Amino acid sequence: MKHIRSHVLVCGGTGCASSGSKKVMESLKQELELKGLESEVKIVETGCHGFCEMGPIMIIYPEGTFYCRVQPEDVPEIVDVHIYKGRIVNRLLYKEPISHEMIPNFEHMQFYKKQMRRILTNCGHINPEIIEEYIAVGGYAALGKALTEMKPEEVVAEVKKSGLRGRGGAGFPTGLKWEFARNAPGTQKYVVCNADEGDPGAFMDRSVLEGDPHRVLEGMAICGYAMGASEGYVYCRAEYPLAIKRLHIAIGQAMDMGLLGDNIFGSNFSFHIKVKEGAGAFVCGEETALLASIEGKRGTPRPRPPFPAISGLWGKPTNINNVETFANVPNVIVDGAEAYASVGTPKSKGTKVFALTGKINNTGLAEVPMGISMREIIYEIGGGIPDGKKFKAVQIGGPSGGCLPENMLDLQIDYESLIAAGAMMGSGGLVVMDETTCMVDVARFFLNFTQKESCGKCTPCREGTMRMLEILTRITEGQGREGDIELLESLAKNIKAASLCGLGQTAPNPVLSTLRYFRHEYEAHIRDKKCPAGACTKLSGYQITELCKGCGLCKKACPVEAITGEIKGQHVINQEKCIKCGACMAKCPFKAIIKG
Amino acid sequence: MDMVNVTIDGHKLQVPKSATVLTAAKTGGINVPSLCYHPELRPEGACRVCLVEVEGAKTLVASCVYPVNEGMIVHTNTPAVREARKTVVELLLANHPQDCLSCQRNTNCELQTMAADLGIRKVRFNGVKKNLPLDANNPALVRDQNKCILCGRCIKACSDRQGVDVYSFAKRGFDTIVTPAFEVGLEKSPCTYCGQCASVCPTAAIVEKDDTQSVWNALSDPTKHVIVQTAPATRVALGEALGMKSGSVVTGKMVASLRRIGFNKVFDTDFTADLTIMEEGHELLHRLQNGGTLPMITSCSPGWVNFIELQYPDLLPHLSTAKSPQQMFGALSKTYYAEKTGIDPMDIVSVSIMPCTAKKAEAVRPEFSTRGLQDVDFVLTTRELARMIKEAGIDFATVSAEEYDAPFGIGTGAGVIFGSSGGVMEAALRTVVEVVTGKELECIDFKEVRGLAGIKEAAVPVGDLTVKVAVANTLSNARIMMEKIRAGEADYQFIEIMACPGGCIGGGGQPVPVCEETRLNRIAAIYECDQSSQLRKSHENPAVKELYDTWLGKPLGEKSHHLLHTHYKEQIRC
Repeated sequence: MKHIRSHVLVCGGTGCASSGSKKVMESLKQELELKGLESEVKIVETGCHGFCEMGPIMIIYPEGTFYCRVQPEDVPEIVDVHIYKGRIVNRLLYKEPISHEMIPNFEHMQFYKKQMRRILTNCGHINPEIIEEYIAVGGYAALGKALTEMKPEEVVAEVKKSGLRGRGGAGFPTGLKWEFARNAPGTQKYVVCNADEGDPGAFMDRSVLEGDPHRVLEGMAICGYAMGASEGYVYCRAEYPLAIKRLHIAIGQAMDMGLLGDNIFGSNFSFHIKVKEGAGAFVCGEETALLASIEGKRGTPRPRPPFPAISGLWGKPTNINNVETFANVPNVIVDGAEAYASVGTPKSKGTKVFALTGKINNTGLAEVPMGISMREIIYEIGGGIPDGKKFKAVQIGGPSGGCLPENMLDLQIDYESLIAAGAMMGSGGLVVMDETTCMVDVARFFLNFTQKESCGKCTPCREGTMRMLEILTRITEGQGREGDIELLESLAKNIKAASLCGLGQTAPNPVLSTLRYFRHEYEAHIRDKKCPAGACTKLSGYQITELCKGCGLCKKACPVEAITGEIKGQHVINQEKCIKCGACMAKCPFKAIIKG
Repeated sequence: MDMVNVTIDGHKLQVPKSATVLTAAKTGGINVPSLCYHPELRPEGACRVCLVEVEGAKTLVASCVYPVNEGMIVHTNTPAVREARKTVVELLLANHPQDCLSCQRNTNCELQTMAADLGIRKVRFNGVKKNLPLDANNPALVRDQNKCILCGRCIKACSDRQGVDVYSFAKRGFDTIVTPAFEVGLEKSPCTYCGQCASVCPTAAIVEKDDTQSVWNALSDPTKHVIVQTAPATRVALGEALGMKSGSVVTGKMVASLRRIGFNKVFDTDFTADLTIMEEGHELLHRLQNGGTLPMITSCSPGWVNFIELQYPDLLPHLSTAKSPQQMFGALSKTYYAEKTGIDPMDIVSVSIMPCTAKKAEAVRPEFSTRGLQDVDFVLTTRELARMIKEAGIDFATVSAEEYDAPFGIGTGAGVIFGSSGGVMEAALRTVVEVVTGKELECIDFKEVRGLAGIKEAAVPVGDLTVKVAVANTLSNARIMMEKIRAGEADYQFIEIMACPGGCIGGGGQPVPVCEETRLNRIAAIYECDQSSQLRKSHENPAVKELYDTWLGKPLGEKSHHLLHTHYKEQIRC
């Protein structure tokens, strides 16, 4: 038997691939051959580690050394120093943002230490294109157990008991949803996996599909068995080509091994999965729009009832869960509902993956137990706010979510408390904002997104989001009027109450939550024509203070000749000409130019 | 029927299990305001005007699509409901041209009425609006998307009712539009110009092309002799647009009004309907006796003719070659009538009042011109005539009935029933049976072909043989017939097809709004006209007899062949 003394795991997820991991892998292969090490060192292309900002990521086992931002030029040194000589390449290690400590082993990194990786456990550790690697870490044991030891209704009961709730946003109890579909009359039923992840910045579903696709397929098959469906669809956005490719590979391998297809594990249960590529509409993440899209129709939502559990795909009973929800299912079955539910809060069980972005040191995917505080995520896992800036707010739940201020940082994260605070779990996007972020502008940003993604079917969402966006835009441009806040509130309330689907019903949330916690910023824009954060360009300008020495550098830097002044004399900015590019401030050696 | 108990605004009601909250409320005398909902079309729940509060529901719900269930408690008139409804309508108004006063649908617009009913006094938003070009490159319909509120009724009328599928939603969000595929104009789409979209449109987003000014111009030109024909179905619907209830027969008032407007002669399309029966009836006999293409299909509905030319060109040999009554009239007006009166055909302006938008397109077909002169110069819909009557200051309620002018004003009961689905068939049978047997029919009412059913069939003894006939109305049913013929399963000799529901009484140019009740009332009125006619068979029309005796010769004769028959050919649009 061949002896492999070292495994080099290189991330092949979308994030690391775009920062150059493919080239790293090639050069690693060449270098190992050059040194004659190819037979003792194995390169493994893995899925996402969730720390994409640090990519390309390389982990070398058995030590578990975590190298980040590895470039092809670094490879000879890694091979020579680490693999050949057995020493660590210090300069490629991860440095903690606060303590500046260098951490060789990823398990000791703050970013990973506080996480509880149940869903992402295989991501970054197995080769997602080889089914044996999934099986080796316990894959398909849950399906085997369900099919050979459990009756379908027992599976439903187990999922119900686990307290698992939908990870796609609304948090509906998964087991209950399965039960509805199971009890719905009809012989032809469908399982649909919603992989139309569309929230800006959220990529947990993509990472799971790229890094551990079999986990999702296994969850779907268990669901099919539980509810009596023999066919499943994965509705995956076409912008996830790698996920789609790996899904196809995974389905093919599972079919070959008899883990999908007819008479799985020799039972009477058959289950086939097809992949349907979505065409890029955000609203197709809404379940009825998604079903319409699979059917080849225009992807617009329809009123419920009837719910998909009664009349879904092609009018048949259909159960729809999102990727992360299905990825939880094997754990529920293998470990049992009790073990699963041992983590979390009374009403929100298990773990949740969040996508950390914005003004935070460690951006990436973090899987944490339900009930963790926002503070722990942002300051311990996320490493706090960069550049010594002050935390201002965290936007949670994507475009349908809300912005929570500093005094909410100790809020326990679960479905109910987030809703009460004016945000929502959503798919788990967490955008951190510091003092330089304008909250009116943030609301405008999200409204701009939902307005563009409105399907146009119902009046309040189609017309109302446009009007809200117009009002927010004029406020950020200094054209806000008295009464605009009340108009926004009135619109927000009625759009929420009157819209057809979840998109419209939640679209005003960013406005409502910023009004709730940052109303004074709106008022400053409207009444004082000032942006307290200095972010709205039309409301902020540059001034040259008395610190000016008259060096003339700012005058030279100004692209529109807005600055006048004699050498050694005080310089002045003509505010009418100024385009607020900030070039002068960047050039001034005396910090004489201020923004405000 | 399974019933459930619901409480709506405190009223305890027993309603069918299949009811929606909106229809349930209606049974309790509560009219929930609605806009995109149309009682005859698949509800969508899109406009969000019909919102109500259902106890236990997370948000307000659209009552037009929300099913009732046992014990449900509904509130249709709470402050939250009223505020949301008003906001929705206000949002629609904010993206709508504020030109009600000069709009073709002014005072007959559902959005306008809704704004008035809900007491909207101010629109708080003044942002961007749609700014889209008119679709007006066809002779029949004008689409102004700036007035479209995206209710989707036209889409459903065209797809579900007519099976033509011209329209669909395109783009998304604020940019959403209703459009033919690839955003072409209707003239490049498979549109039949039937106008059913216009008749369900709540606003002026789809209207008939208004030709009233051209007619006013002709009327005020002293060198022109302006004659007018009125289609059978107009006399039972015109009154609705002038404040009368549906089913009112206003033939004489219409004639009097047309005279006051200034037409030199007022004639009746019933006359050429009778003539059509003579030609088409003999054509049928000819085909039966000489092994011609069967089943023969009527060709008087221009929406239907467009449909077969566009979608089933291989079946065109089945179409009767007889021109429609409108076009027979047009052809005669500039030949026979000109000769008889000694008026230069160049000076004759032939106008028709039609229940139909497709007739506008029929009149401009190149084959319907004689020596370079269009046979029918202008076609006005019933709606346009109503507007002219108002503009002329005629008090329709009090104007006294007058008679049509001779000779083209003489029609029979067989001519008038052309206005209703099954009427052409019945009129033809009245004549064909008597021509073949030489004996008078005992009963001339062929009731099995009457009414609103989409497809009707009958087997009628004609002398020794039994003629199997079928009658279809709406283009969806026309398609069913065509597929039957293609499959060789159409065991009929004669088929009548009308593009619109209920035939011309439900035409796309008739007063709006229209529903099943309106159509039934109009049909009843049509048969009332037939019943009260002295003459009820086309071959007994003395003016028709005279026309043949003195000028045409015989049905299917050479002159008829040139003037009263045509050939239809495949239409290719792109």
